[in-house]
Amino acid sequence: MAFTAPNETFGGKVFQIDAGIDKKIVFGGEDVLPFHLFEGNVPNRPVVAYEIQDVPPEDWPETIKKVYEGVSGDPVTWAKYCQDKLNAKAIALRLIGTHPDRQNRSPEDAAKTVKDVLAAISIPLIILGSNHVEKDAAILLAAAEAAKDKNCFLGKAQEENYKTIAAACMANNLKLIAMSQLDINLSKQLNILITQMGFEKENLVTDPMCSGLGYGLDYTYSVMERIRLAALTQNDATMQMPMLADVGMNAWKAKEAIATEAELPIGGVLEQRAIAWEAVTATALMIAGSEILIMRHPEAVKAVEKFIDELM
Amino acid sequence: MLIIGEKLSIIAKRVREAMMKFDKGPIQEIAVRQWKEGSGMIDANIGPAEDGGEKMMEWMVTTIQEVVPLPVCLDTTNVKAIEAGLKVHNGEWGRPLINSTSNDPERFPIMEVAVKYQAQLIGLTVGKGGLPADAEERAGIASEIMARAMEYGMPVEDLYLDPLVLQMATTQDQALKVIQSVKMFQELNDPPMKTVVGLSNISNGMPKPLRHIMNKHLLTLLYYEGLTAAIADAAEVNETVKTVDVIMGRILYAHSYLEM
Repeated sequence: MAFTAPNETFGGKVFQIDAGIDKKIVFGGEDVLPFHLFEGNVPNRPVVAYEIQDVPPEDWPETIKKVYEGVSGDPVTWAKYCQDKLNAKAIALRLIGTHPDRQNRSPEDAAKTVKDVLAAISIPLIILGSNHVEKDAAILLAAAEAAKDKNCFLGKAQEENYKTIAAACMANNLKLIAMSQLDINLSKQLNILITQMGFEKENLVTDPMCSGLGYGLDYTYSVMERIRLAALTQNDATMQMPMLADVGMNAWKAKEAIATEAELPIGGVLEQRAIAWEAVTATALMIAGSEILIMRHPEAVKAVEKFIDELM
Repeated sequence: MLIIGEKLSIIAKRVREAMMKFDKGPIQEIAVRQWKEGSGMIDANIGPAEDGGEKMMEWMVTTIQEVVPLPVCLDTTNVKAIEAGLKVHNGEWGRPLINSTSNDPERFPIMEVAVKYQAQLIGLTVGKGGLPADAEERAGIASEIMARAMEYGMPVEDLYLDPLVLQMATTQDQALKVIQSVKMFQELNDPPMKTVVGLSNISNGMPKPLRHIMNKHLLTLLYYEGLTAAIADAAEVNETVKTVDVIMGRILYAHSYLEM
């Protein structure tokens, strides 16, 4: 008797979301587990956004810093380079320079950077704060006004500052990234609190908090997987948002992405090793369910795009 | 858990007066409130309705569905009234439910009407001669009702078995037997039979401040055993249903789970 593979179908579906005006990105919308094209509808590919910063990436490891040598001194040049030379589908602008322990840039500085970058690119923009909860409230409010009606993602709203940031998104017609601390129940709670403010759940992206390979990736994987199962099997509308994986900043923190061949002889050539570290972190989290990824190295992005090509 | 809103009953003075005067106001107000509070269906209990039952049920179904996008549970022993209600029932939001048939031959014509209009039907597990003594007797009656339904050409999936909740204040020993029945009924078929109770009957005759406590705790036990539906006050039992859903792992916990 011929074997018939069982088909698993669910009652729930992930919300589809888009960003951008001229060149849009669209992701989410699937009603099956990641890449289970044989069981249902997967209308969109996961999307990779290139990460840039408002200030030069002095803290980035050498291997990744040198890729953007000559363009990363200024966010506008950097963004255009990603768009025009690397064919980026989206840009994630991290306003890391606003962190009080970094350059402590002001909300006005941040707003200007956002305006300048938006004026220079035609692809969608993801605007990220420095993850300093107090400062982010002020920074993202100013950034939201600078990005009014540009259909950007703004984040990350956390338990401590979501009210200001969600209100700024609503007032300026933007979409929101909500981040919780690697806890599925808190992730649901934050989604509920944000939607109770009147924020449309279809305009929300969940970041359950990313971690790099070898540094807690398994926790992120598990939380993402369970969020997706709640969305599909329990048809839980508070868990049906697409998920973000903030890959680059975590992968490039790993010892394996930094240590020289002399320091880590077993790890092989540093550059290949570091790229692989970022690519493997990203692919694992796509398998767990993330639809939007923020990455740094063009070769790692290429590997991820190839991976998606092969699975879709 | 399907909550069938129980408040539109001829036993309630305000509802009875509105029904007698065909005054839509109070009926629609109560129906809307129950829908907003989480009922998935509205029970329209017009009693035996021997005189003018057809007109009454027809009026109740249309009055409710004018303002509430839910199916109606037609609650009367008058088969003509049921048919009149089914004729005007709008199936856009789900199929109607009839409350009820039993193992009493006088109630069999209701099955015919249910089949004719493809309605779902509650089978009350009582026979002609008095109340069932225990869960085994209820399951025996349930099997007979199921066999009868199949004879009439009704899929048993359309049947909700009701073990008949009795009053705690007068028949304490029956409560546990009702819980056992809900478990046994499910085993009578694969997929499991659907089950329903008239919940608040348990606390009839009890002091009013205690009634909600008894109702909610009985529902917890019944729901744990797999109860499909309850004719109940959604506002009263919402917390119980959601909390049991969380405990059973059907809903993901979040601090605000009761607000969802």
